[in-house]
Amino acid sequence: MPRFTSRLFIRGVLFLGVVYFLIPIWWLLTASTKSSSELFSSPPLWFGEDFALLDNIVAVLTRQDGLFVRWMLNSLIYAGGGAIGATLLSAAAGYVFAKYSFPGKGALFGAILASILLPASLLVMPLYLLFSSLGMINTMWAVIIPSLVSPFGVFLARITAQESVPDDLLDAARIDGAGEIRIFSTIALPIMGPALLTVFLFSFVGIWNNFFLPMVTLNDAELWPAMLGLYFWGSQPSELNYHFVITGSLLSIIPLAIAFISLQKYWRVGLTAGAVKI
Amino acid sequence: MTTTTAVRTIASRPPRFRAVGRTTIRRSQRRAIWLLLLPFLVLFVFSFVVPLVYAVVESFFTEKRSGLGIGGERAFAGFVNYVNAIQKTDLLEGVGRVLVFGIVQVPLMLIVALALALAVDALKGNYPKFVRLSAFLPYAVPGVIAAILWAFLYLPGTSPFVAALANVGIDVDFLSSDVVLWSIANIVTWTWTGYNMLVIYSALTGIPQELYEAAAIDGAGAWRIAWSIKIPLVAPALVLTTFFSIVGTVQLYAEPTVLKSYSSAITSGYTPNMAVQDVAFGLNNYGVAAAMAVLLALGTFVLSFGFLRLANVITARRAAV
Repeated sequence: MPRFTSRLFIRGVLFLGVVYFLIPIWWLLTASTKSSSELFSSPPLWFGEDFALLDNIVAVLTRQDGLFVRWMLNSLIYAGGGAIGATLLSAAAGYVFAKYSFPGKGALFGAILASILLPASLLVMPLYLLFSSLGMINTMWAVIIPSLVSPFGVFLARITAQESVPDDLLDAARIDGAGEIRIFSTIALPIMGPALLTVFLFSFVGIWNNFFLPMVTLNDAELWPAMLGLYFWGSQPSELNYHFVITGSLLSIIPLAIAFISLQKYWRVGLTAGAVKI
Repeated sequence: MTTTTAVRTIASRPPRFRAVGRTTIRRSQRRAIWLLLLPFLVLFVFSFVVPLVYAVVESFFTEKRSGLGIGGERAFAGFVNYVNAIQKTDLLEGVGRVLVFGIVQVPLMLIVALALALAVDALKGNYPKFVRLSAFLPYAVPGVIAAILWAFLYLPGTSPFVAALANVGIDVDFLSSDVVLWSIANIVTWTWTGYNMLVIYSALTGIPQELYEAAAIDGAGAWRIAWSIKIPLVAPALVLTTFFSIVGTVQLYAEPTVLKSYSSAITSGYTPNMAVQDVAFGLNNYGVAAAMAVLLALGTFVLSFGFLRLANVITARRAAV
């Protein structure tokens, strides 16, 4: 095939791909500027006559005494707190797997990785019973505690520690008399820093998107994360309800979209690690 | 001169001294291993190991519930729960549905992802940044939101597609029982194609340039290079993305659960994960639900590791040729 047509073909493929990826987002942007009546009367992929975005945002934020704001705050607490904890725990565990040897290391690491395969429904039901016997059902802990465990984070942290923390440096610190914990916290942790941001981002998104666990463990709407709240709003498909769901959806993905776009570099680290290392 | 003396001094150190030094390091290291690993391990046991053991144990017991639902009689039941679980047509239908879904959706998605990754790679430096960003955006959209979004894009009142297709004389109901499984497949494809494309693309960027130059000197064209060099060398990335897609397919939950509010074709046990949840919390039958969940976990292990074995055999055979 001549070079020119070949390039044209490739561009065509990419163009179609981009259109496919962006159409729903574009629809969301235009739909959230429409009043609930215009949602049906105006062209679906273009703006309506009135620009009702601000009205819609106000309507979402003030509905049921600002419940949506509460949901977004909850999501930030769950995802922020959970991801910070998960990153630190993964960093420490990954470092141990990379730099020390102890009996049963391989089997333990294998078990941690294999846990990725356990279906959510298998874990959620016993967790529900476990939390209710501890009196922790319907508390934030029921969502945060399981979020602190990130098998993929341990995997990523182990690779990072193996590749970026030189053994010689650790030995030198040992000869200088530094304790093992101090070596980890003042030498290894800063070196692992940028890659740990990747662990943080992946955990943050995972927890932000989580839906099954909070649905089972939280009855009180005040404690729900945004995903569960929006699911609930969406599960009452009345046409008067639509613009709440649509504008709420837009507001709920803005924090993630910002995190993705501004921290692109760190995502790529995680993707490359995932692609090359297994 | 100085180095040899240094070496000799170390070598001639009394052995006792070295042994003592080593054990003190060992002891402090052992303490560090515990201190650093313990927090993770405790929570891992709490959130993965204990629930797993609990579910397995629970799957062998039945509970005769008294009126209040608590404090029923527990009795060892052998495999009764498993028999009940298999006899639930719901579960079998759900498993069948998910299998059909996976057989079609996973290869389709990965072929598209591979094609896009090769296209971005071929256009080096021209548009890739914009394409990469828009491909990654759907991954930033949570599964629940993606499903809500697409629900509106499927609903006749708000969908641009239904209207456009009706204009050319095609009537589709994306939420009808014949089509809705593929409507869900489209949501999953939309969410994950870009992510998988980027995983494959980052593997492509790791291929050394010299290989292409050598192939070009040998007279290989762009298509030939893509087929005989690029695709085989990104095979590990394809294996990985397939593996995670299989796991994700078995676990299908958020998208059908959300669409259920918009489509009467989706039942409460539409996918295996939904069926387990329905039996556990809808019918309060923990024993059968646990048995279903254990079977589902076993199925996931068999499918995903079976795939890895297959992939290994194929790559080994290719290497042999």
